[in-house]
Amino acid sequence: MLKDITIGQYVPGNSLIHRLDPRTKIVAVFLYMVALFSSGDSTGYLIVTAFTISMVFLSKVPWLMILKGIRPLWIILVLTMGLHLFLTQGDIIWQMGFVKITQQGLRQGVFMTLRLVYLVTITSLLTLTTTPIALTDGIESVLKALFVPVAHELAMMMTIALRFIPTLIEETEKIMKAQMARGADFDSGGIVSRAKSLIPLLVPLFLSSFRRADELAMAMEARCYRGGENRTRMKQLQMTGLDYMAFIIVFALLIICIIIRFWM
Amino acid sequence: MVRKVIEIKNLIHRYNSSQDETVIEALKGVDLHVAKGEFLAVIGHNGSGKSTLAKHLNALLLPHEGSVTINGLDTRKKENTWAIRQQVGMVFQNPDNQLVAATVEEDTAFGPENLGVEPVEIRRLVDDSLERVGLSSFHKRAPHLLSGGQKQRVAIAGIIAMRPNVLVLDEPTAMLDPTGRKEVMATVSALNKEEGLTVVHITHFMEEAVFADRVLVMSEGLVAMEGTPREIFSRVEEIKKLRLDVPQIAELNGCLRKEGLLLPSGILTLEEMVVALCQ
Repeated sequence: MLKDITIGQYVPGNSLIHRLDPRTKIVAVFLYMVALFSSGDSTGYLIVTAFTISMVFLSKVPWLMILKGIRPLWIILVLTMGLHLFLTQGDIIWQMGFVKITQQGLRQGVFMTLRLVYLVTITSLLTLTTTPIALTDGIESVLKALFVPVAHELAMMMTIALRFIPTLIEETEKIMKAQMARGADFDSGGIVSRAKSLIPLLVPLFLSSFRRADELAMAMEARCYRGGENRTRMKQLQMTGLDYMAFIIVFALLIICIIIRFWM
Repeated sequence: MVRKVIEIKNLIHRYNSSQDETVIEALKGVDLHVAKGEFLAVIGHNGSGKSTLAKHLNALLLPHEGSVTINGLDTRKKENTWAIRQQVGMVFQNPDNQLVAATVEEDTAFGPENLGVEPVEIRRLVDDSLERVGLSSFHKRAPHLLSGGQKQRVAIAGIIAMRPNVLVLDEPTAMLDPTGRKEVMATVSALNKEEGLTVVHITHFMEEAVFADRVLVMSEGLVAMEGTPREIFSRVEEIKKLRLDVPQIAELNGCLRKEGLLLPSGILTLEEMVVALCQ
């Protein structure tokens, strides 16, 4: 049951997007965000929409996976749409009692909702086309380039988390079975009693995680781990022509969006 | 004279008890020498101080009294710590709690990466180490998809990728099934016999101590007995007094000799027993 949880949601593939360096993808996502937030009219949105759709096509990730990423957000999307639709002042196009929809509200609502949808689409495209390990390496070197002091520690924490999530899931199942054998009931009752029934699960899980952390720290020290200083990596990230191409395209997108926003 | 890789003189280690203020002496003055290329087994019941001894071998613990010297390097000197940890690799009991990375090859690369080895050289060390433990085809696998024995072999690969002189194994087989135990023991013996790696193997399985060149029996923080497996396991009564088992065949031999059969002492394997009985 718990085994079905996938960590990261990498969809294996060999598309152009898959082959990009993780650093390129991370930086591109940020540039894309700036472009997205700087566009405010239909021309800008048309260009961003075209770009987003072509990226999803290029990645060959099934549309269903993208939709799955957007689905949990539906409440926020409906709320955004509704608030803008009904609360913006302006030229009234439809009215019933005190509820009215304005032209400006409609426009704002559609733009804001699209903005959120695209944001989620592109960021999930990043995690869908990059293995968690590559993503960690990418984040580490991007943070290092930005002179973030704890870049290595953050990356190491992510690596260890990735390594231990499956182990802890296995352990959770084991404890669950052990507690069920002692008569614990995890599946019935209201929210409060269900939450309470998790205590005998969480206490042993936490205890054993601390013990694991202790032993792991000792094993890491025994293998000469002493932080990020003087540490080398076996896998070196390598930028290719494809990455430079990608940068040029994303920069072009950004510049076009800014020009449309401020000079047209 | 054979070169000594490990020299321990009058090693004393104390723990502060967590319940009250009392101080427990885990090691009460241990003397030990290990020669280059030797396979030493350390046995003893729980709380005999054998794990504490292991942690002293690569400066995870430092002596309260006495000294531990690894290839001429004193563990008490801070500047020696990393050189010692590079030379003395350590494999722990729980296979799950010593693998760091999400794939086998990344984990094997962890040690050399910490040492600051060049990337190309790390690649070579990793491939070579995985080959030596027989896990080359598993290099992209995630650790949680491996069996216990395989996990321990990955841990061993991660250690030998650091090119150590000594391999210390702290009950590496305690949490494994019999197949996993055999796998790990075969890997360790091969590394010792074929590549001359010095091995200190801490265990409570007497059958594993039979592989060793020399056996050290620990009890109450002291070395109780020391000798070749044949010498040690022919002293059945003494071993039993220390709340330890002897290998089955050695015990059978002890019983038969007590009953007056004229068998040679120091029979350890089934084959030897068959040969002796048929004479």
